[in-house]
Formats: sequence, structure tokens, C-alpha cells
Amino acid sequence: MAITTAPGTTRPGRPARPYAERPRRATGLGRKVRDNLTGHAFLIGAVLCFVVFSWYPMIRGIVMSFQRTRRGETTWVGWDNYLRILDDPSFWPAWKNTLYFTVLALVLGYAVPFFVAILLNEFRHAKGYLRILVYLPVMLPPASALFLFKYYAYDPSEAGLFNAILKALHLPTSEWMQSPEMTMPAMVIASTWMNMGSAVLIYLAALQNIPGELYEAAELDGAGIWRRIVNVTIPQTRLILLLLAMLQIVATMQLFIEPLILANGAGAEDSATSVAYLIYQHGFFQNDLNGAAALGVIMLVVLAGFSAVYARLTSKQD
Amino acid sequence: MAQDSGTRTLISPAQLRRGRGRVVYWTLLTVVVLVFTLAFLGPLYWMVTGALKSGQEIAQTPPTLFPNDPQPQNYVDAWNNLDLAKLLFNTFYYAAGALLFQLVLDTAAAYSLSKLRPIFGNAILGLMLATLMIPAMVLIVPQYVTVIDLPILHINLLDSPFAIWLPLVANAFNIFLLKRFFDSIPEDLMAAAVMDGATPLRTLWSIILPMSRPILGVVSIFAVTAVWKDFLWPKLVMPSPETRTVSVGIYAFSAGTPMNIVVAASVIAAIPTVVIFLIFQRNIMSGLTTGSIKG
Repeated sequence: MAITTAPGTTRPGRPARPYAERPRRATGLGRKVRDNLTGHAFLIGAVLCFVVFSWYPMIRGIVMSFQRTRRGETTWVGWDNYLRILDDPSFWPAWKNTLYFTVLALVLGYAVPFFVAILLNEFRHAKGYLRILVYLPVMLPPASALFLFKYYAYDPSEAGLFNAILKALHLPTSEWMQSPEMTMPAMVIASTWMNMGSAVLIYLAALQNIPGELYEAAELDGAGIWRRIVNVTIPQTRLILLLLAMLQIVATMQLFIEPLILANGAGAEDSATSVAYLIYQHGFFQNDLNGAAALGVIMLVVLAGFSAVYARLTSKQD
Repeated sequence: MAQDSGTRTLISPAQLRRGRGRVVYWTLLTVVVLVFTLAFLGPLYWMVTGALKSGQEIAQTPPTLFPNDPQPQNYVDAWNNLDLAKLLFNTFYYAAGALLFQLVLDTAAAYSLSKLRPIFGNAILGLMLATLMIPAMVLIVPQYVTVIDLPILHINLLDSPFAIWLPLVANAFNIFLLKRFFDSIPEDLMAAAVMDGATPLRTLWSIILPMSRPILGVVSIFAVTAVWKDFLWPKLVMPSPETRTVSVGIYAFSAGTPMNIVVAASVIAAIPTVVIFLIFQRNIMSGLTTGSIKG
């Protein structure tokens, strides 16, 4: 899928010579070295930033997870940090919550945008307006949006927006963030509201690339709307669907600001603690940066496991 | 690219124009427009007007649709008590710097990778793209440790804007977007510049950049909104009250501040990104989706 292209890309005619192989007046080793140096001079700023703030911290995180720093003295401690993290009473609840959130977010935050995109794609009116509406929450600072949910929507009394709506519809009201059972669904609702816009727009773009003849052929074969979705729309957008599923799993595993603001961190009976929140707790409140690094490595390994399963699944279908 | 009119989608246009299909189409469209307006604008309305209510009115059952006795004072209090002018200025300053650093360094890098192609260029690009697979949360601790004591230089960047600006340059997605765009600029144009004796920098400045305005616009918008929306990283590296960003500042005050004031401050904090969105929504939409950015 082309994301963006410059004007005049598909000009036919002789294949252009790559700029890197441009004709040079002088040839030879000196010239080659100089050209390479020029190229690297343009690269150096960004590369240095990657080295210092990305590549080196990656390695350092793994190293740190086997060390302990106390009073300025760093020693190797083997698997101690990992054992300490596993012993944390919040460790398993945090994983349970995070995976629960990931699954709920896949059901809500993954299927809903796809069907919203299918619906929007059928409309010939108000398209621009609907797109702007869906994407508007994505632009809000998450802290702002979450304070709205925390104070006005999830108010456990009947003065809260959601409870007022439920009451008006004669449905049972909820305690929202104060009930351990509703904590996660409430966070998924807030998170989906904030983030679904980008998924909808990406799906819309993919839907527009489906050739209309496929639908026509399916219709001639007597396929109804649902069958056309299953047999044409989904296979045609499979790559994007799979890609976004993976991206969403990676994003939801990092669940952090929702528990921090909506549930003040842990929530009722540890019902909101996430793995990312536990990393934050260990690193910046319990003065245990090494334990936090170990948990980070565990998270990385779990995600790598997901990616491996994902790669296996996607390659098998081809 | 499919055009909006006359393209066959899931349901045939003919079916939508006739009899029952037409009725269903218009009913559904009306319902969706109403539901979406309620679902996406409704909360924003609730936020803006809720912050105008008094403490008693907010606790009232059932909640009121319009504030009975609007209290604009809440917004004034939010502005003054939280020193929002300072917080907004900080955030703006970090966003502007981040934009500048990313535009200069990432564009130069993408240009080099796309057109100059120095030795090991592809390996470097591969290593950059690999960082897209690593979740930010995994890196947060070692990044923090690096920032409080930079390797070799031993400088502490806490409370320095560079702690926000420089890590954002390491943005593989930006470099990828820019490189993709530069790749699609015809080589003939570059060759002509070389014939005229232009240096690589001159070629970048006079040929590549003027053609790349759409993608530079997209990268700029994303750079600014990313800083505005970010929370944990600025919270960690800007610990002093004087250097906080607006989201972090509101969070820091939220514990001891009446909730109407917190929400009023949240509304004010959201205005800049919403305005940016409404002005640049076309660029943002096309940047997010397909190759519809042309000319």
C-alpha cells in the first residue's frame, strides 16, 4: 500500500539512473570515499539520536535487568531482579488485567472500527463530516479526555453521564471505576473512544482499493450483504486487518495512562494495575529501576512470542 | 484510487437509488449522523459545558443538559490556579523544538538513505525500522537512565528541553515516510541538478524540499501533536513545576483541585490540538491513508 508518492512518479520511458550512480568528473577511490562521507554527514544527526536514545537503551535495558545498583554501586545479580518481580503480589494480576484489556480491546476496538469503516464507505453523503467526527478524539491529549471520563462520565452516582443515560433507558446503573468488574470494560470504552479514529481511516483507505467488480461478481452469484463482507471485503483487506491486529496488541500491552488517571493506578482491588503501570511503580516509586528493567524485558519477550505466532499464522495462510 | 462517485462498493449504487434501498439508505445515514454526533461531539459538549457548572450542579441528579447558572469563573480559576499560560508556553516550546529537530535531522537522514545511498545505508535503515517493533514501555527505564547521565558526556538532561527533542528525532516512522516520498521523486530531476554542478545540499534544498511539501506537512503535524499528547516521558524527564507540559501539569494538580477546575483546564489544554486538526484535517487524513496527496 503506497502511503504517499511524489507527483510524476509513474513516468514511463527509460529507467532513470539512480542518483547515487550519477556521472562524476573524477573517479577513483578518493571520490568514492568523499561521496560516502557526504552521505553519512547527512545521516549522522539522526543516527546519533538513534544510538543514544534507542539502540543503546535497548541493550542497556537487558544488561540492567541482571544488575543491581545500590548506593551508586552496581553489581551483577543474575536472575535476582526477575525473581523479585515474579514475587511481587501485583505481578500476576497485572498480566491478567493487561491480557484481559488486550482481548476486550480486540473485540471492541478492533471489530468496531472495521464495521464503522464498512458503513462509512457505503455513504455518499456527509462523508467528510463523519470522518472528522471519528478522528476528533484522536487529536485530544489523552490526559484531557481521560479526566472527562473520570469525572463526568464514570461518576458512580446517578449524576454521571453514563449512569444518567442508563437510568433514562431503564437499565441498571454501574459503579464504573469503583467496581472491580467494570474497571476494565470502562477503560476499554474510554480507550476505544480515544483511539478508534485512526483505525477507521486506515480501513477506509483499504476498502476504497477493493475493485468493484468483485462485489458485482459476488452479487451475480447470489451472495447477500453478509456473504459479500465475508467473501470479498475481509479477504481483500486481510493484510491491513492482520497488520492492525498486531499493532493493536503491541499498543494495548502498553496500557498505562488509562489506569493512572481513571483508576489512580491500581484501581479497586488491583483491578486496574497493568504491566506498564507496574514497570512505572517499580522504576519510579519503589526505587527499583533494575526490577523495572527486568519486567520490561519480560514484556519484550511476551510480545516477541506474539509476533512469532503472528508470523507463523500469516505465512501459513499464503 | 477509487473516486467517490460511481464506484461500486459493497452495495450497488443502483440498489441505493431505488425504492426500498433508498429509504433504508437515508434512514441509516440519518441514524449514523445522529449517533456519531452524539458519541463523538457529545462528550466534548459535556466537557465544555460541564466545566461551566457549579460544584452543586455537577453533583445533581439527573445531570442538567445546560448549565443553569454558567460559571465562566471556573475557566478563569483554572487558568490562574494551574498557571496554564506557563504550561501551555512550555508545551508549545517543546513542540516547536521537536518539529525543528525532526524536520532538519530526519529529512537529512531520509534524503541520504534515499538518494545519496552511502555504504551501510540499508543496514542503518534496517536497524532504524527494527525500533518500530519495540514498545516504548520496554525502553522507558533504560532511556530514563541514559537521559539522567548521558554516556561519555555525563550530562544530566532532566528539565532540559533536549530530553524531549532529541529522543523524538529517533523516529523511524518519520524517516520511513520521508524516504518513501523521496524515493518516488524521479531520478532525472536529480541528474539534471548534478549536471548543473549542484552539491547534494543544494539539490536537497532547491529540488527535493519544494516537491515534498505535502509529506513535510504531514510529518510536521504529527511531530507537534505527538508532543502535545505525550504524557509519561515528559512527566519523567520534566519533573520541576516550571518545566512541566500541560497534560502533566493538569495531572499533577488534579489531586488537590476541584474537578470542575481540572476539567476546565483539560478543555483549555485540548484547544490547540483541536484547532490544528480543524485547520489541517485534509492533510492529516490523507497523510494517514493513501496516495491521495498529490500536488
